[in-house]
Amino acid sequence: MDRPRSDRKTGVDRRAFLRRTGLVAGAAGLEGILGARRAPAYAQGTKLHLLRWNDFVPACDEELRRQLGEAGRALGATVTLETINANDLQPRITAAVQSGTGPDIIMLLHNWPHLYEASLVDVSDLAEWQRKDQGGYYSQSEAAAKVGSRWVALPHSIVGVQMAYRKSWFDEVGQTTWPRTLEELRLVGLKLKKNGHPIGQTLAHTFGDAPTWAYPMLWNFGAAETDVTGRSVLDRKETVDSVRFMQAYWKDACDEGALAWDDTNNNRAFLAGEISATLNGASIFIAAKRGADKLKDEKGQPLWQDILHGPIPNGPAGSWAYHVAFSHGIMKYSKAPKLAKDFLRWLAAKEHFGRWFEAAGGFSVGANKYWEEHPMWAKLDDAMKIYRTAARVSRMFGYAGPPSAKATEVYSKYVIVDMYAKAVQGMSAADAVAWAAGELRKIYG
Amino acid sequence: MAKHPRSLVPTVGAAPPIEVALPRPRPAAPWRLTRFLESERLLAALLLAPAVVLLALFIAYPFVMGVWLALSDASVGSPGTFVGLRNFVKEWNDSIFQTAFQNTFFYTFWATIFKLTLGMWLALLLNRQFRGMRLVRASMLLPFIVPTVLSTFAWRWMVDPTFSVVNWLLYSIGLITNKLPFLSDGRWAMWCAIVVNTWRGMPFFAITLLAGLQTISPDLHEAASLDGANSWQRFWKVTWPLLKPVTIVVVVFSVIQTFADFQLIYVLTGGGPANSTHLLATYAYQIGVATGLLGEGAAISLFMFPVLFVVVWFQLRYLRRLEGA
Repeated sequence: MDRPRSDRKTGVDRRAFLRRTGLVAGAAGLEGILGARRAPAYAQGTKLHLLRWNDFVPACDEELRRQLGEAGRALGATVTLETINANDLQPRITAAVQSGTGPDIIMLLHNWPHLYEASLVDVSDLAEWQRKDQGGYYSQSEAAAKVGSRWVALPHSIVGVQMAYRKSWFDEVGQTTWPRTLEELRLVGLKLKKNGHPIGQTLAHTFGDAPTWAYPMLWNFGAAETDVTGRSVLDRKETVDSVRFMQAYWKDACDEGALAWDDTNNNRAFLAGEISATLNGASIFIAAKRGADKLKDEKGQPLWQDILHGPIPNGPAGSWAYHVAFSHGIMKYSKAPKLAKDFLRWLAAKEHFGRWFEAAGGFSVGANKYWEEHPMWAKLDDAMKIYRTAARVSRMFGYAGPPSAKATEVYSKYVIVDMYAKAVQGMSAADAVAWAAGELRKIYG
Repeated sequence: MAKHPRSLVPTVGAAPPIEVALPRPRPAAPWRLTRFLESERLLAALLLAPAVVLLALFIAYPFVMGVWLALSDASVGSPGTFVGLRNFVKEWNDSIFQTAFQNTFFYTFWATIFKLTLGMWLALLLNRQFRGMRLVRASMLLPFIVPTVLSTFAWRWMVDPTFSVVNWLLYSIGLITNKLPFLSDGRWAMWCAIVVNTWRGMPFFAITLLAGLQTISPDLHEAASLDGANSWQRFWKVTWPLLKPVTIVVVVFSVIQTFADFQLIYVLTGGGPANSTHLLATYAYQIGVATGLLGEGAAISLFMFPVLFVVVWFQLRYLRRLEGA
């Protein structure tokens, strides 16, 4: 027989407990907020999250991790470093900005600061401090991080790009010095390819190796994406000449499988003795030297001793390169923008950046000419010394116009890279240029 | 126990009044929730609510948000303003979009054909009794179980432009003198993607069709044999008609998955060389997420919606007709 309901309520049952405690807790919280007459404040951040790429020179990441502990102690904060594949940085930035949460500081390549301008904290004070402390910036570092009169990212470094080549194989075909012109390079490449040592140059959708070749191909033939006003001027004879050269160079001198290479393929192919030359940062030489006991040439000698570097040879309009500018942006959603600025200032200080710069061993150079005078250069192998002043001859995406967000769009859509890729796959040079010019007109107007 | 209240109900005529037992009046509910829960309609609504909230949150909201983005010039860090159908028009006239659009149809068509043909063949083989049958059936599912990214990486290494083990093998046995351009030629790369998709998706077809085959009574085959039907006739006249509804359901699922495929192409080719393997999903990602043009990216992905809607509608309509027959 059921007991009357009233008889069962001798104690506090589960539902009543939850109801009462919930109400009390809610009321207490609300009372506190109302009493304070303001919204609950979050604690000022003492944690910083830094997002960067997986450095091609692992010693750089090791040094940075070591410095983070030091910086944390100096600033009274916990600084964590997350490294990801460089190709994943842009998707990660988009996700972070749209969700309003993520790393406080993000490494930005190329002219990405222009694309993410609205989401980046103004760091003009930091940039001016660094300029006073370390001298003027290289033009591409300034172009990349400065939007109008505002600095939206702090320039960090530049990865110089040169052609690594096997001296002995070049000697074998009678080329004892680095070719002076692109045409000479093609003719040498023709002989090298016949010897089974083609040149390796990717024309795939890569963040670095393909654009660092494709853009200078335009400039060295006198072609450009835009004029100084930012209007597209790609559809010119110079561009067609450049694409025609690329078609011949590809067929005569290059490994044609490279259309599918990513940014690591040429490193592996070079170290495996599959290619005789490739446009790259200094990571091939550095890896060969650090792995000297395993990486040997055909004679059993350490491979690094057979590696030299040369610039992209002259085209009809000179020799320009695209050395990749790196900067750090503080995200607007960060709860600790002041701490982030303090950290970037700490990191950029001569004594701290200098140690990271030495760990890079010439792969990354400073964003200011100041670092050309660093004593490290005297200690490096001769093959590496070309990187000391390489950043002086760089142009930026969007040339001859401003490196705007539209230039980033052209880069992100790989329009310039694909123009060459289409041509080497059989499309006529004129059609490839017409296609790319059409795409550029839609973007630049 | 208390006696139920009774009432006298007057009746017509001379018959004596009948005593009718009326239900005991319920005491007023002490709590409104109890009364609320006693209503079937309200209870049903309450029980459905979590599912509706989840669907609204994770299906309807993203879809509506996607439509809004597609109609705006939103970009990363900028909410954007309404621009009508401008993004759709721009993409429709974009040559890379056109390539990706055609590629998506090509890729879906051939991958589905191969998966269906090979899946059916495999299901028919596995429908027989043989030693180690269970082991073979279980191992057949491996490609489907392994995460797509991992298995595609393995394929990518196998067809690597420089270090391809397939090229090395063919070269070693003297079948080729030059490397085959698996990923460095647009057409080769697309067929590589179709092969990998087929390898991965075929077990789903096979296992589902096998389940369908096992519901077909052996008596029917026996009767057909007695009538003199050969194996092809038995398949065409007995197996296929009974398997058709299952097949259509599998094909619908596969078409949806293949048409919206992303991971495989992203890992295997990244859409290259020169956009020759871009699908709508990978191109939408490149434009929306990598380039930060959220409005245009959303518009590209929304192009998939009407196509898939029409495909599914026709196939389900056909399925319903089959069931009716």
